[in-house]
Amino acid sequence: MAEVKVLGAWPSPFGYRVIWALKHKGVKFEYIEEEDHLNKKSKLRLQSNPVHQKVPVFIHDGKPVAESTVILEYIEETWPQNPLLPQDPYERAMARFWIKLGEDKATTLFFAFIRAVGEDHEKATNEWKELLQILEKHGLGKKFFGGEEIGMADLALGSVVCWLEIFEEIVGVKMIEAVSFPRLHQWIQNFKQEPLIKDNIPDRQKLVSFFKHRREAIVAAAKAS
Amino acid sequence: MAHEEVKLFGMWSSPFVRIVEVALKIKGVQYEYIEEDLQNKSSLLLKYNPVYKKVPVLLHNGKPIAESLVIVEYIDETWKDNPILPQDSFERAQARFWAKLIDDKCMPSLWRVFRSKDNEQEKATEEALENLKILENELTDKRFFGGETIGLVDIAAKITVYWVQVAQEVAGVGIISSQNFPVLFKWIDDLLSCNVLKETMPPKDKLAAFFRTHSKASK
Repeated sequence: MAEVKVLGAWPSPFGYRVIWALKHKGVKFEYIEEEDHLNKKSKLRLQSNPVHQKVPVFIHDGKPVAESTVILEYIEETWPQNPLLPQDPYERAMARFWIKLGEDKATTLFFAFIRAVGEDHEKATNEWKELLQILEKHGLGKKFFGGEEIGMADLALGSVVCWLEIFEEIVGVKMIEAVSFPRLHQWIQNFKQEPLIKDNIPDRQKLVSFFKHRREAIVAAAKAS
Repeated sequence: MAHEEVKLFGMWSSPFVRIVEVALKIKGVQYEYIEEDLQNKSSLLLKYNPVYKKVPVLLHNGKPIAESLVIVEYIDETWKDNPILPQDSFERAQARFWAKLIDDKCMPSLWRVFRSKDNEQEKATEEALENLKILENELTDKRFFGGETIGLVDIAAKITVYWVQVAQEVAGVGIISSQNFPVLFKWIDDLLSCNVLKETMPPKDKLAAFFRTHSKASK
């Protein structure tokens, strides 16, 4: 039987994209936790992703694939059941566009929110607001980016938006409110309530605690320097 | 074949537009090219790419697609002759990985070198060289990255190197030479022997003049 392994780190949203995709398709896999991933790099991680040395890494029959959005496409092609992308090439292009937007903007913001201080942090907050405006205006017409069912764009964007919501709590900024972003607010509620997501996401308090500590350490280091 | 309307909104000096053009040409797709003045964007461009307001934008039967790599995947799926991405899923994943590296890391870091002020340029150069080294190490003596014919990574890498060669001369900063990046450098020779690429690239002197004017304007 083909062997599927996922190397991930529990506080990182990018690994969950891969886990959700595999579970959605009913693919059995072994999950390997990259312990203390910010400070240590396991041999498996370095071997499987020598270029970026990051997680998640996906290993199928001993062959590694890195970069979560690349992994998602690989999973979609290898296990076509319960598709995460539409059949129509134009609809697929739309889904990929939103995934790319997520990578370009949301992922950058993800790191900025936690790491940036002072002016840079304010800039990140403004960019977060801009991104939400784009998603609200142009992205959401149905229940999910994928339509009535969850799709690849939802997994990609949803992972980062869920985490950014937690960061909002930590830095004391509340953006995704029903009154200002009604469609986005509804989408993220739909997303979080899907059993696939709800049953496969770390405990919120655990995440808040982890990132709060991270943030405090970064802010303290910035003040000290 | 049924009548299909294909339009490409572009700007002659954009490497990303050229990537899409090469893809269309490899597939033998008839298209209308519309040159955009980025200082004065057309209402059509703003309508078709409201999110980024950038080129390239492909319009197929009235439906717009933005983002060069997204467009190339669409082209590959819609016109099946002369595939640009490999057939095998694992090979496709490798192609996407490297195309993404070029798009996310190589291109932006190279641009930072040419745009950065003196005191930042050293650091920017270091980063750009690191990224190019990654690419250089992955390339082999094979003529094409993926196999026997030109593919996505070849297109993206070769166009990037072409642009860098012009930009570095204008900026007076040596990034890619036959000494430090022999494989990438050799690829440029191969590029010029590939007709599709050769006829799509803007002439180097025209591009150089553009960079000179552009960098003066931004100072």
